[in-house]
Amino acid sequence: MKRFVPSSELVVRASRGEIPAISRLITRAEMGLDECRPALAEIYRKAGKAHVIGITGVPGSGKSTLVANLAAQLRRRNKKVAIIAVDPSSPYSGGSILGDRIRMTELASDPGVYIRSMATRGAVGGMARSTLDAVDILDVGGFDTIIIETVGVGQDEVEIAKASHTTVVVSAPGLGDEIQAIKAGMLEIADIHVVSKCDRSDSNKLVVDLKQMLTLGLASKDPKDWLPTVIGVSSYNGTGIDELATEIERHRAASLATGRAHQRELAIASFRLEKTAETLLIERFLKTLEPLRPALASTLCKRERDPYSAANELVSNALPQSIDQTEQAARAWTRRR
Amino acid sequence: MTQPIRVLLAKVGLDGHDRGVRVVARALRDAGMDVIYSGLHRTPEEVVDAAVQEDVDILGVSLLSGVQMTVFPKIFKLLDQKGVDDLIVVAGGVMPDEDVVELKKMGVREVLLQDVPPKTIVETLTRLVDERGAR
Ligand SMILES: Nc1nc2c(ncn2[C@@H]2O[C@H](COP(=O)(O)OP(=O)(O)OP(=O)(O)O)[C@@H](O)[C@H]2O)c(=O)[nH]1
Ligand SMILES: [Mg+2]
Repeated sequence: MKRFVPSSELVVRASRGEIPAISRLITRAEMGLDECRPALAEIYRKAGKAHVIGITGVPGSGKSTLVANLAAQLRRRNKKVAIIAVDPSSPYSGGSILGDRIRMTELASDPGVYIRSMATRGAVGGMARSTLDAVDILDVGGFDTIIIETVGVGQDEVEIAKASHTTVVVSAPGLGDEIQAIKAGMLEIADIHVVSKCDRSDSNKLVVDLKQMLTLGLASKDPKDWLPTVIGVSSYNGTGIDELATEIERHRAASLATGRAHQRELAIASFRLEKTAETLLIERFLKTLEPLRPALASTLCKRERDPYSAANELVSNALPQSIDQTEQAARAWTRRR
Repeated sequence: MTQPIRVLLAKVGLDGHDRGVRVVARALRDAGMDVIYSGLHRTPEEVVDAAVQEDVDILGVSLLSGVQMTVFPKIFKLLDQKGVDDLIVVAGGVMPDEDVVELKKMGVREVLLQDVPPKTIVETLTRLVDERGAR
């Protein structure tokens, strides 16, 4: 990329599918500068065509290797595939080693595949703050299938399901207490379950256990609902990759046919709104807090003040209106509609 | 919000040693940078594609096999074709002094030979990004 290309210009180039412009826009989104806000707004209006597939599972379950195989399969089906691989940042240094790309080397030099690594940078939920901006940018850039890989260990990392049209949960044999990991909130979010490393003899038990758990959950399901399936795959010998690609396409088609896709789009939009508001509030709050932090911490430490009242005062200062006024405004706004 | 410095570490050529690169990767992470490692035996084309997709601040190419005088011209040619002019390219590994001089003429910003301590690498990369300014 040439230096200092304005973001508005980058949108024009990204829309033509120019990779350096797409990449730089993602960087600007990550930086969160005001300069790129109008550009990202334009991107958002233009986006919404791509099929977003979320792939999550515990660390080391074989997600990246699977994503590489799946992407290659989707390429054979003439899809243009972008991959966003999210890894956690180190809580100590804030830095990260983004290790997913190295598992995807066989996709290198295919112009129909784009891979971008992202660090969570302290964001909770398994995704980075700008992951969904990146999805939109890649969508506008002409990628029709976008795969997001996140690390998921349970309850706190299920946001991927609120950001993708099809969610795939990967479980692997041999990592110890597999079912426990699945139970911790991951069972509910899966549209498709994958048991990876099916070249290993201990994978079959996991497939059987998972199917059993899903059958137990069946009673509470509407027959019209999507019923998650379990697919055994091996990235080493190719077992199940084709079946997985077909199942993902079947899920997409079924969602579109039944109107569930629209429900999901609404849920994604609503979640996006909430997360963005949360980021704005936190930023504004931290701006107010930072100059006061040392003095307040000191009074708290001496037990002259309690944390609740101090924080409450800060929050009221950070927001233009008191919470009461905000609630009144929200009620008035709802009535008007 | 300031972004951590993004670095792509790439191994080009036939040599199969990446212990050094892995040590550097950890040092950079511990200094607060985001590090992507390409893996062994990458071609200049793959390295440039990865650098562009990842939009890294710094591309660090490490080689021990003596192929630097063919690899770097290719990398710069590919970057030029893609219209990329703000990527900071540094070299690492083992090579003779006269090659270091040639590489710098070509546009390699720093050559960090095998005995350079990680702390110096961190300082050098940070300085290079500071000098480049916003992008
Ligand atoms: N036996 C077997 N091992 C596999 C398979 N797929 C991946 N692995 C191995 O499992 C390990 C983890 O693979 P990754 O693809 O990096 O797993 P991941 O879930 O992306 O890992 P994180 O991103 O670190 O959470 C590696 O050592 C792989 O070689 C498979 O199909 N069979
Ligand atoms: Mg991975």
